[in-house]
Amino acid sequence: MMALVELHNVEKRFPVRGGKTVHAVNGVSLSIEPSETVALIGESGSGKSTLGRLVLGLHQPSSGQITFDGHDISTMPAAELRTLRSQMTVVFQEPDESLNPRMSIGSIIEEPLVIHEPALTPGERKARVVDALEHVTLTEDLYYRYPHQLSGGQQQRVGIARAIVSRPKFIVLDEPTSSLDLSVRSAILKLLARLQSELHLAYLFISHDIHTVSYVSDRIAVMYLGQVMEMGPTAEVFANPRHPYTMALLSATLWPDPEVRPAQIRLTGEIPRPTELPAGCLFHTRCPYQDDPRCETERPVLREVAPGHWVRTFYDRDEPAVVGIDLLGL
Amino acid sequence: MATEALLAVEDLRTEFFTSRGIVKAVNGVSFSVARGELVGIVGETGCGKSATIRSIIGLVRPPGRVVAGSARFESAELIRMPRRKLRAIRGSGIGFVPQNPFGALNPILSIERQFRNVIRAHESISRPEVRTRALQMLTDVGIPDPERVLRGHAHELSGGMAQRTVIALSMILGPRLVIADEPTTGLDVTVQRQILDLIRDLLEREHSAMLLVTHDLGVVAQYCHRVIVMYAGKVVESGPVTKVFKTPAHSYTKALLGAIPRPGVDLVTISGTVPDPINYPVGCPFYDRCPHRSDPRCETESPPLTEVSEGHFAASYYHPTRDQSINVGT
Repeated sequence: MMALVELHNVEKRFPVRGGKTVHAVNGVSLSIEPSETVALIGESGSGKSTLGRLVLGLHQPSSGQITFDGHDISTMPAAELRTLRSQMTVVFQEPDESLNPRMSIGSIIEEPLVIHEPALTPGERKARVVDALEHVTLTEDLYYRYPHQLSGGQQQRVGIARAIVSRPKFIVLDEPTSSLDLSVRSAILKLLARLQSELHLAYLFISHDIHTVSYVSDRIAVMYLGQVMEMGPTAEVFANPRHPYTMALLSATLWPDPEVRPAQIRLTGEIPRPTELPAGCLFHTRCPYQDDPRCETERPVLREVAPGHWVRTFYDRDEPAVVGIDLLGL
Repeated sequence: MATEALLAVEDLRTEFFTSRGIVKAVNGVSFSVARGELVGIVGETGCGKSATIRSIIGLVRPPGRVVAGSARFESAELIRMPRRKLRAIRGSGIGFVPQNPFGALNPILSIERQFRNVIRAHESISRPEVRTRALQMLTDVGIPDPERVLRGHAHELSGGMAQRTVIALSMILGPRLVIADEPTTGLDVTVQRQILDLIRDLLEREHSAMLLVTHDLGVVAQYCHRVIVMYAGKVVESGPVTKVFKTPAHSYTKALLGAIPRPGVDLVTISGTVPDPINYPVGCPFYDRCPHRSDPRCETESPPLTEVSEGHFAASYYHPTRDQSINVGT
């Protein structure tokens, strides 16, 4: 099967004041199959949100290629890209900030149809909006309400309804549940899972939360300073993490069970500035396991350590994983 | 667990007088913290956890007011204590770590000046002595270049470094109790872990206790001895973390734990919404959403906290260990 989304060696640099350059994304190759959920996980400054915007064509890559459904969107003219946008949509983190407060719920959800399907009659448009509302289990009577009249969970459902109304194949979910309380979050995650199977959607799920990612994703890509450090099937990566950064992330995760205490891997310092990338491996300034002379001088490349499981590190000890998390055993 | 309480809160009630009516943010809360004990208060947005600790340390501002109850620290009653006396206890007896370090640090004073202000409010010591102690404390909280931080200002610090500085300031006088309000929310997981470890090590060294407010059940499970679960302005469950996380006795706690995503396990969602804090129902505040309501009193009487096993309390008429016949909803 051909991948729905494909990134090939994508880089994105932003010039900033003082003649410096922010190296936000530094050579990412990634693919997403139809109906698949790929999670991008990483901390602030890892470039995960920039990558999401690149995939949607909201940023032009500085180099590299991005294809969606066989079309190269990295060089596509704006007008042509606009027609593709109905096929790939986005849900943002803060529903109250991403919904226009002056527009009614009905017009917010309808807007993509006005742009992408101008041939629809008002009646047909309304029918599509009502259908989208039903998909996210909101009632039709919210049609004439405004965002501030809704709870956080309802607002996020509106954001999701807007993302599915144009019948896309692919949605970028940028931390869609991070600002929600636990009880609301679980309902939204279940909704996203149901919509995926009903509407055959592929998701790029951007998150910093290991719990959420472990639940929603088929595959995971761990990002650090704009590079994918480790990538593979979620259960496999969590059970056998091979990159020291992934191990550190897993060991820093606070499991809600007083008896589960993974071994501790303490990272020193903080993530370097993206304007001054370290020489050698981008992670070597914080890596507790650097033991190879190349760490400080050479960028490691991704190598396949198990089928579909890729790692970018010189660290290669043949010992059992120190912090693997058996997801199903939890 | 303890013979003598360091902090004893009894029937605390804090109300906010708004144009819509009286919001009962804290609605009869009682608990205690023993010397050296780490106690977590968990709950979702609006449950009254922050209002509870702000009431204890005299930070409730109009239109809010503590209308009843008591909070005794050592032998002193904090509620309605004159401001000057309360200020003397804050800092030397009770340290406070807020969620946003940049709100706690003064943006126009040097960090050194802020240390001087804190220490000199309680002790008369010379500038060089202040410097020595501040440098030592900043080193203890893991700041790599304490000299530079001391000379500088808040805006020059990263989020993690700013929070370390606030912790140093709040603990420099060796308080017997540290009250922390979501101290690591918004920080990346690896930094969060570093800071929580640091707080725990400092508390152990000083034999100090902590009251930690958080929405993150993982933080409580991994760092606290005891947990207090709040819902609708009340304590609904409390006890040792090992008991509460393994055998939750209140339907709300059970649902919260089930709402944490983990792979292969069906997520628990909580139907309905939190009751209106202006018009709390007469019966159990969780009645509308409870999958286990069965007792006739559920709808008419607010259940008191009763001991379900040693040191483990729940405010519920449903007792899962006793009432095995009632099926646990999934």
